[in-house]
Parts: sequence; structure tokens; C-alpha cells
Amino acid sequence: MFDDFIIRAFAAGIGLALITGPLGCFIIWRRLSYFGDTIAHSALLGVVIAYAMNFNLIIAVFAVSCFIALSLLFLQKRTNLPDDALLGLLAHSVLAIGLVLLGILSFIRIDLMGLLFGDILSVNITDVLFVWIGGSIVLIVLILIWRPLFAATVNLELAKAEGLNADLANAIFTILIASVIAISIKIVGILLITGLLIIPAAASRNLSSTPIQMAIISSVIGLVSVVLGLQTSMIWNSPTGPTILAIALGVFILTLIPLKKLLISKKKIELSN
Amino acid sequence: MNKSLVELNNCGVFRNHKWLVRGVSLKVSQGEIVTLIGPNGSGKSTTAKMSLDILKPDEGTNTIKKDIRISYVPQKISIDWSLPLRSIDFVNLVTKHKTSEINDALGITGIQHLINEDVRNLSGGEFQRLLMARAIAKEPHFLVLDEPVQGVDYSGEIALYKTIQEIVKKINCGILLISHNLHVVMSQTDYVICLNGHVCCSGIPSSVIKDQEYIKLFGSNIDPTLSLYKHNHDHHHLPDGSIDKADKNK
Repeated sequence: MFDDFIIRAFAAGIGLALITGPLGCFIIWRRLSYFGDTIAHSALLGVVIAYAMNFNLIIAVFAVSCFIALSLLFLQKRTNLPDDALLGLLAHSVLAIGLVLLGILSFIRIDLMGLLFGDILSVNITDVLFVWIGGSIVLIVLILIWRPLFAATVNLELAKAEGLNADLANAIFTILIASVIAISIKIVGILLITGLLIIPAAASRNLSSTPIQMAIISSVIGLVSVVLGLQTSMIWNSPTGPTILAIALGVFILTLIPLKKLLISKKKIELSN
Repeated sequence: MNKSLVELNNCGVFRNHKWLVRGVSLKVSQGEIVTLIGPNGSGKSTTAKMSLDILKPDEGTNTIKKDIRISYVPQKISIDWSLPLRSIDFVNLVTKHKTSEINDALGITGIQHLINEDVRNLSGGEFQRLLMARAIAKEPHFLVLDEPVQGVDYSGEIALYKTIQEIVKKINCGILLISHNLHVVMSQTDYVICLNGHVCCSGIPSSVIKDQEYIKLFGSNIDPTLSLYKHNHDHHHLPDGSIDKADKNK
């Protein structure tokens, strides 16, 4: 029989993979992979605040992430700096503030490795509930804003001109990313969450021909990676988060094999014989 | 009734210490084609964006009639390689349509056979036709076309301009058309505004073409060779280059 903590790990991991699938697609389509990183870096500040004020970790990280995301929107409008420069500025300055605070508040002891790489085997029932309830809300909101968000992803001006509320959809999307990163902190950690957002979506791109297909396949690949990754890490006693990502990378490499072409050329050879 | 759909009143946009365009007034009504012409950087696209309320004018007012369907064919649009997108998905981008409606719209612009093709496999001209098809499928009240025939082959260009005229008749929409070349579009246009950072001259095509300001910008010597549209065809050219004779049943 599975131990309880293993069942919780599976439940949390699978729930997370289902949300990161479609969100990761949008991150790839909009070239936002560095944005995910920035939010994840700034999560450290949220963690420090949570510990200092004895507050719920996920909510504190979510609040800080939202603040950073909205600061980015503000800076984009106020400065002429390119997005990657702004993201770099935010990521590292907020990370620095987090570390400074951590140093000053010497009574706080944080398991840094756990924070960076997550520990899916230590999630409790509250964490699982956060994943599934929070995740469902994120998915529902994403479905609701899908059309304006997707249209704005293809062409912002076109979406705006034809009466879609693209700015609102963009802002909501930013908050969705912040929430997913907050939810995932304990599971895969702040360094690996971007990987879980991007690798399954990237693998899915190689297999799909429509946007919705890509979002769904991405979820499935994430799910497979979580399940296989958890099992592998138990067999080899390897760290779980990195194992999940390594499996996802394996799936990505598999999707590079041009199956269709191979099948067609095989048929041709058979025919010519 | 000829109520105006969109109205710009003495509008201007100020960016990076200079006016991109200033003092533009225009009005587009139902069933009317208004053409903006002017050299590069003269503020044509900026004006179009004000009429769509993508850009807020820094002076003057832009009024758009409430609750109208608007379609926009932007000048430049590039689809990111990471997006898996077929023609049919692109037509459905802003409004979901029935497959029959999509087929009709793609048929009008001559690319019905490409409905399930990935957008990135389309040529420049085919993509331009797709942009048009998407805009038509919505049956808009107000349609903004920013250089809609760029990259389209010569016979296709003629066919597309004819299509534009047919659309106006069929769905009775108002069109704001941006073009480099007045001569090619002149027979379809009701009103012309010649821009060069400000309104140089405006009026019906045959009078604008004689205006000194217009001649200064575009010259007059190109007239005789390019007045393509003064005669009536007894046939029209299909997008694939073949000729569809209107009198073949005789």
C-alpha cells in the first residue's frame, strides 16, 4: 500500500501539472519564460514575510508575486526599457531585498534547499487542497478569459480594435501566473517552477496543430512527468522535483523524433519493395 | 439614413517630442469608402488607430458609434512560431463563426482550400487574403483596412479591391482604407484624405488628383499609365491567374 504522504504527493503533483499545462503554453506563446522566473525569484521575499509574520506561506507568496507582476505592468508603461531589462531589475532586486530581510531577521530559519527545489513528499493536506481548489479557480478563470487573452497574444492591437478587453485579460493572466507560482512553491520550489511551466508546453508544441490541442497535450505531458518522476525518485531515492523535470525533458526529446515522417518513409520503402 | 459610424475631430497624436499627425478630421458613414493616402511616415496608420480607439488622441476627439461590430486588418502582423494556428483558428480569433460562414469568407478572398493549413505555411499574399477573410466573416459595420493588398500579386490586388467594393454593397459597412496609391483604388473610393503629418487636401478622388498639394506629394506624371479603373471589364481575373469570363454563357 502507498503511504499517505505518497498519495498526497501524487495528488499535489498531478493537480499542479494540470494547471501548468495551459498556462505554460501562454508563457511560451507570449515569450514570457523569463517573467515566470522573475516571479519565482521574488517569491523568496514572500517566504521571508510569511515566516516573519507567522502567516500562511502560499498567501504571502501570492501577494508578493502579484505586487511584482503589477509593478512590471506599471514599469512597462512608465519607462522605455525593454521587458527583459525590467524583469532582470525586478527579479534580482526583490531577491536581494528578500535576502537582506532574511539576514536582519536572524530568528527566521528557512530550509533554503526546500524553498529552491521544493519537497513534494512533505506536502500536507492543506497544501493539496490549495493546489486543487486554487488550481480549479485558475483553470476556470483561464477558460473565461481565453478568447481575449488568446487574441491579444496573437495581436494586441487587433484584439483591442475589435472590442476585446485585452488589457484586463493580460492583467488577470499575470495574476494567474502569480497564483500558480505561489501554489507550487512547496511542491517543486522556486527554481524549478519555470521548468514545469515551460518544458511540457514545449514538448506539446512539437505534437499539436491547434492552440487548444497544445494546451491539453501539455497538461497530459506534465501529468505523465509527475507520475513517472515521483515513481522514479522513490526507486532511485533522487530529489523529486528535479526528477520530475528530468522526465519532462525526456518526453520533450522523444517529441523531437519525427514520427510522422518516419512512418511515411517506412511506407514508401515498403511500397518500393 | 447616413449616420456616421466613426468621427475624428481635429485629432492629433504626440509621441517622443513630436506630433506624429495633427489636425485630422474625418467621418466614415455606412456604405462609404474613405481612403487615406500619403507617403511613409505621414500618419496614416496612426490615424487609423485613432479611429479604432487603440490610440487615444492627445488633442481633438474621436467618437465611435456604440455597439457596432468593428473589423481591423492591421498593416503588419507576425505570428509567433511557437503558436500552432490554422487558418480556421485565425478566422475564429475574436468571434466564433460557423464553419459555413468561414468557408464563405475564405471563398470570397479565394483561399477556401487553405482552411486547415497552418498559418505560417501561407505566403505573404495568402496571409493577406486570410486577414481580409477574417475581417469579412464578422460582417462588420466598420472595417479598417491598412494597406490590405501588400504582397498580393497583381491580378489578386485587382480582385481584392473589387471584393472590397462588393463587401460594402453586400453588408453595407463603412470602410476606412489606407493605400499608397490612389490611382489603383480611386474608382472605389467615395472620399480621399491626403495626409502628410496633417491633412494636405481632401475631397472626392477626381478633384484630389488635380489638387496642387497632391501633385506636390505624388507627382502627376504617373496618371495616364495607371488609370486602370476607368474601363469596365467583361471578365475578371481569378486569384490563381486564370480568367473567369462574365460572358462565357453567351
